[in-house]
Amino acid sequence: MADRYVLAVDQGTTSTRSLVFDRGGRMVAVRQREHRQFFPRPGWVEHDPMEIWANTQRTAAQVLNDVAGRGDVVALGIANQRETTVVWDRATGQPVLRALVWQDTRTADLVSELAARPDADQVAERCGMAIAGYFSGPRLRWILDHVPRARERAERGQLLFGTMETWLIWNLTGGPDGGVHVTDVTNASRTLLMDVRTCRWDPDLLAFFGIPAAMLPEIRPSIGVLGVASALSPALPIAGALGDQQAALFGQACFSPGEAKCTYGTGSFLLQNTGTELVHTRSGSISTVAYQLAGEPVRYALEGSVAVAGALVQWLRDGLGLIGTAPEVETLARTVSDNGGCYVVPAFSGLLAPHWRGEARGLVAGLTSYVTKGHLARAVLEATGWQTRDVVRAMAADSGLSLPALRVDGGMTTNNLLMQFVADALDTPVVRPMVGETVSLGAAYAAGLAVGVWSDVEALRRNWHRAAQWSPSPARARALTEEYPKWERAVQLSIAWGVP
Amino acid sequence: MPGSVQSIERAAAILQVVAASGGRLGVTDIAEAVGLAKTTTHSLLRTLLLVGFVDQDRSTGRYALGTGLLRLGSNLDVNELRARASNWADALAARSGHAVRLATLVGEEVIVVHHVFRPDDSAQVLEVGVPLPRATTALGKVLFAHSHQHTGQRTTRSGAGATAELAEVRARGWATERGEHEPGLGGIAAPVRGPGGLVVASLGVSGPQSALFDARGVPRSPVLTMVTDAAHSVSRELGHGGG
Ligand SMILES: Nc1ncnc2c1ncn2[C@@H]1O[C@H](COP(=O)(O)OP(=O)(O)OP(=O)(O)O)[C@@H](O)[C@H]1O
Ligand SMILES: [Mg+2]
Repeated sequence: MADRYVLAVDQGTTSTRSLVFDRGGRMVAVRQREHRQFFPRPGWVEHDPMEIWANTQRTAAQVLNDVAGRGDVVALGIANQRETTVVWDRATGQPVLRALVWQDTRTADLVSELAARPDADQVAERCGMAIAGYFSGPRLRWILDHVPRARERAERGQLLFGTMETWLIWNLTGGPDGGVHVTDVTNASRTLLMDVRTCRWDPDLLAFFGIPAAMLPEIRPSIGVLGVASALSPALPIAGALGDQQAALFGQACFSPGEAKCTYGTGSFLLQNTGTELVHTRSGSISTVAYQLAGEPVRYALEGSVAVAGALVQWLRDGLGLIGTAPEVETLARTVSDNGGCYVVPAFSGLLAPHWRGEARGLVAGLTSYVTKGHLARAVLEATGWQTRDVVRAMAADSGLSLPALRVDGGMTTNNLLMQFVADALDTPVVRPMVGETVSLGAAYAAGLAVGVWSDVEALRRNWHRAAQWSPSPARARALTEEYPKWERAVQLSIAWGVP
Repeated sequence: MPGSVQSIERAAAILQVVAASGGRLGVTDIAEAVGLAKTTTHSLLRTLLLVGFVDQDRSTGRYALGTGLLRLGSNLDVNELRARASNWADALAARSGHAVRLATLVGEEVIVVHHVFRPDDSAQVLEVGVPLPRATTALGKVLFAHSHQHTGQRTTRSGAGATAELAEVRARGWATERGEHEPGLGGIAAPVRGPGGLVVASLGVSGPQSALFDARGVPRSPVLTMVTDAAHSVSRELGHGGG
């Protein structure tokens, strides 16, 4: 009998990846394509939705071709960069403008205006998170305010809104020709427009943000058939969709309350499963939907979102030209033995968890003539480690649980210097699973569960294996605990710098 | 020029023109400058693009010298190598059930640059940065067989037997170790090639000798194929043999 395979698309911030997994959760094919990043003004970040759609089709067709004859691809799961906002014309399939990316800060003024309204308190109460420019609702509002006739056309049902998974599913299922307009509950939970308890669009929130209901996709469980990907193959069901960070939680087999993972990609995102319980947060983490199986209650998670992790390495490469490729940062960092007193706070578009200070701006602290590019490279990597410490602490305060070990994944986990630093900074073992592409794996798991490739989550749990472990050194852990206040001071300076 | 290969001569001429132009020329101008038909120039440029010797600006279509050319003189960065190999190394460990290592030559030393644990969740220690003997490990033999000192030359220190083994490793595309390094420990490794075909690393599995080899010492075929396939995939990832 031919093997049963599952296709996953990971539509990320920097690239789109298509992967095929077998029943053992092992990757059998992968293709990847980067897309352009548009920075039209300081703080603005855009992607071309058409380019992303083309890259999706192309990489998916490539991997389907790679495995042709070896097995049957029985389902497609999609994971996507979250909060990135697309509005398009239902009749033509053309976006009304480029996608506003989750790192984009153009809604800052709008957000302060909205947050100052007397009825703003209801927002956090209903949707589980305080108003911030990070989420997609304010971006959608900005588009409606700035694109001529957009609001009027949206009210008449001519324009559609979606995050990336919605945009891709609509195109995969036929686009203008009968495309299915749906979003998954994890992505919907990041809009500020959904009631996090009922998982429905909330009329009061829609009124608060001024969003016409006619343009919104239908909210669906993350795990369950959504439509047929006729653009790729005549009978391939799209059977799972999740935000990329939730997909990674799923791919890391964190199915039980208390289990957590941290993904190190463009940003870094620590998510901890809290089961069917929605945790009330006070310390700077947020409550979000983790996933939902069709017909089952929603599972929630606590999240510590850090906007800039790998993106700081990219800045070292593209902005400063100090390295040729991202992994070379480790080579450069190893030319020295410490940070030389240098700290980099990468608040490029403010700070997310646990500070939530949109006005903060990045800084390099502690410069002396002693500091070389090697020290800078170390400080860049350490910034990711320190930020992990910040969010782990916040989450422990919110959940009351401490982490026995941190499960990690994402592109930065091939960096041994960084992973050892994280282990030392947290004084906790750091473990990487056998599949580094856990975002894709989680999407594949979601789709495969829905069509019966796997019977239940316990079958998935058995697929998880440790590929590497970094254990903390007690001496380093002590030294870093002593050093931590310096990092905290640098963070305070970056917040102070941004205050008008 | 007697004995010269025409397309190489032409490619060299194109590279000179591209280098001198500072990235300002498209295919028409380059064809004119080297005195070749546009279609010929185009196909030469495409090959140069494929091996990374030229880059093309996506919006203007103009050509500049590629990073592959700039890196010719330097070795592939080991951290870059690990990052590019990681997905395939993981898949190899998961499929084979054995520990996976990626090694490269740093000077004369064989160094482990990536290590994926045996997928049985037992306690294991990350061995990145550890040197390996080059004569008794499969990873070392692959690298040694393809290192410049040994291609087409006689070895000075090792005996005729070792020389023959290295020639065989080169010819068949994989190497084995059967207890020479550690008693009972077996290994199978294959070469990883960079864009121009140069061997830049070796990728292999290690595990109990009896799990990797049959009673006659022949590698068990599913494992051997997994290793050579994975090494091939990493080579492709590095740009060897086109996309
Ligand atoms: N070896 C490395 N050391 C440090 N940073 C690295 C390394 N390799 C990759 N990165 C960084 O990690 C990021 C890429 O990781 P990954 O591929 O997981 O992200 P991504 O999936 O593209 O992110 P996103 O999903 O947010 O688009 C880049 O920002 C890059 O700078
Ligand atoms: Mg990603």
